[in-house]
Amino acid sequence: MRILTGNDLKTGLVIWWTGRDWSIHVEDAVDVGDQADTILAVEDAACRVNGGYALDAEREPGGGVRPAHIKDRVRAYGPTVRPDLTLKPADPEAGNWVI
Amino acid sequence: MYRYDKYDQAMVDTRVEEFRDQARRRIEGKLTDDQFKPLRLKNGLYLQLHAYMLRVAIPYGTLDSRQMRMLAEIARKYDRGYGHFTTRQNIQYNWIKLEEAADILADLASVEMHAIQTSGESIRNVSADQYAGAAADEIMDPRPWGEMMRQMTNFMPEFSYLPRKFKIAVIASDTDRAALRWHDGAVKIVKNAAGEIGFEVYAGGGMGRTPVISYKIRDFLPTDQLFSYFQAILRVWNRHARRDNIHKQRMKILVLELGEEEFRRQVEEEFEHFLTLAEDFPQAEYDRIAAYFAPPPFETGLSEEIDRSDPDFALWVDRQTVAHKAPGYAIVNISLKPVGGIPGDISAEQMDLVADLAERYSFDELRATHAQNLVLPHVRKADLYTVWQALDEAGLGAANLDLATDIIACPGLDYCSLANARSIPVAEKLSERLAPREAELGELKIKISGCINACGHHHAGHIGILGVDKKGSENYQLLLGGSGAEDASQAKITGPGFDEAGVIDAIEKATDVYLRERADGERFLDTYRRIGMEPFKEAIYA
Repeated sequence: MRILTGNDLKTGLVIWWTGRDWSIHVEDAVDVGDQADTILAVEDAACRVNGGYALDAEREPGGGVRPAHIKDRVRAYGPTVRPDLTLKPADPEAGNWVI
Repeated sequence: MYRYDKYDQAMVDTRVEEFRDQARRRIEGKLTDDQFKPLRLKNGLYLQLHAYMLRVAIPYGTLDSRQMRMLAEIARKYDRGYGHFTTRQNIQYNWIKLEEAADILADLASVEMHAIQTSGESIRNVSADQYAGAAADEIMDPRPWGEMMRQMTNFMPEFSYLPRKFKIAVIASDTDRAALRWHDGAVKIVKNAAGEIGFEVYAGGGMGRTPVISYKIRDFLPTDQLFSYFQAILRVWNRHARRDNIHKQRMKILVLELGEEEFRRQVEEEFEHFLTLAEDFPQAEYDRIAAYFAPPPFETGLSEEIDRSDPDFALWVDRQTVAHKAPGYAIVNISLKPVGGIPGDISAEQMDLVADLAERYSFDELRATHAQNLVLPHVRKADLYTVWQALDEAGLGAANLDLATDIIACPGLDYCSLANARSIPVAEKLSERLAPREAELGELKIKISGCINACGHHHAGHIGILGVDKKGSENYQLLLGGSGAEDASQAKITGPGFDEAGVIDAIEKATDVYLRERADGERFLDTYRRIGMEPFKEAIYA
């Protein structure tokens, strides 16, 4: 699947395209097929995203979304060396998802 | 230390409001990302993996307690309670919001700090020996020259749109604690045979994709010609740099292509022209700036004795303190490298404590080092035990200066958008692996970069690690034999790379070779230089 990501213009936080809006949770990302450029053009013009781009990902059995490249998995999870600052600080195994 | 005059303050305040307007226009959609990016970079604001990142300049690594407390306050108020000291004596914050960035710059300006030229194609923050003004082995305090360099390079129109970044260092002793030879341009303050103070000038160094150790372009430059000479260097580079190829824009590439002699000839020719313009600082201006760096009122008649009855304290004294120029005083190095910790990271509470200690015990002075540690430059030996107790209680009491766990590491793929592999987890695991034997290993400088840009100085490590992307997986090249000190050398790659566990095992094997082969008094680097790469390769790839 192809998904969209970028950073929130005001806060800089990592965001993922949900089909209607942006979410900070990668599991909310949807397959945009060949519509990436069109969506990003609209969202960029509306100042909702900064540095947006499309990437490959796969749907996981449990419903999650796993970006293909480790850099995007780090973006989705947070710094692996500071689990307290990630989106899943209570899950001690979550960091393994990145690697 | 230097204090802003009304012109300095006005320039920095004006810049804050200028950036506030630029950020507002970006948020309102009146500036595109392509238009805004060079503007934010000129103010040290990057967009990294998780958020905006702000890099704050600490000129020549010097700051006071008021400034450190502000850095702590920024960490608490605008970030997530911590900061990261970098490999160029700066500090950066990883979780900045664009909508608050101008407020942060305003807070910084209130304590005479800024983030100007900590990014972009400009002359970056001038770095210096972290022991400047305190070292027993320095000819003079190099910081007035660092400040003059800062003043001549900040906002200089001709050098505001350079081909690439340009890094400057200044030292004043034979021992190089500032990685002088790895800078684009650098000066070492020396005395000539007549006893006159001047500069040895170095040019054309740098790390990154094409690592080059600089060459001495001038044996002796009179101090009153510094501005003209650096203008000449920069103008020759600015004129001829390969602006057509991003990988060939640094000055080191021009020096390589022209050759040292031809580059020197062109610089000298340009220099002669600049001398006719009489634009160098007058002596009165040097005297004005140097007065800010007058030595603090050291007490006299102090005891040199240190009560070493506490063995942990004695170990810390031996490792973390350095000879001071004033009798009865010591230079204290504060390790930001707890075993298994993140190199260079420091919490807001720890910053506050360090500020308190500086104010109470070190004439209000602090230094940041390029090795991602801090320094209290002027501590009475009689106060060392109290200082150590406070540091130890705050988790800052590690005794590992220049040992195997005193690892330099860039933020790597945990934070940096340029990185190909994570650096910090390797540093953490390596630190834990080598900690039990670090005393036996002695001086061993390990430096880790998460990409070819080499912010972790891997080319200059006794042991260097370079993280690369190998078909989507993290892979680590191992290098041996580098040095960032006065015996500068470039590390060489051992051979095929490793995964994370593999590179840690390989380094342990390399240290086994060292312990087996070392002669009396040899550091790891000395043994490597004597026996060469082969014995290490045999052990690592067996």
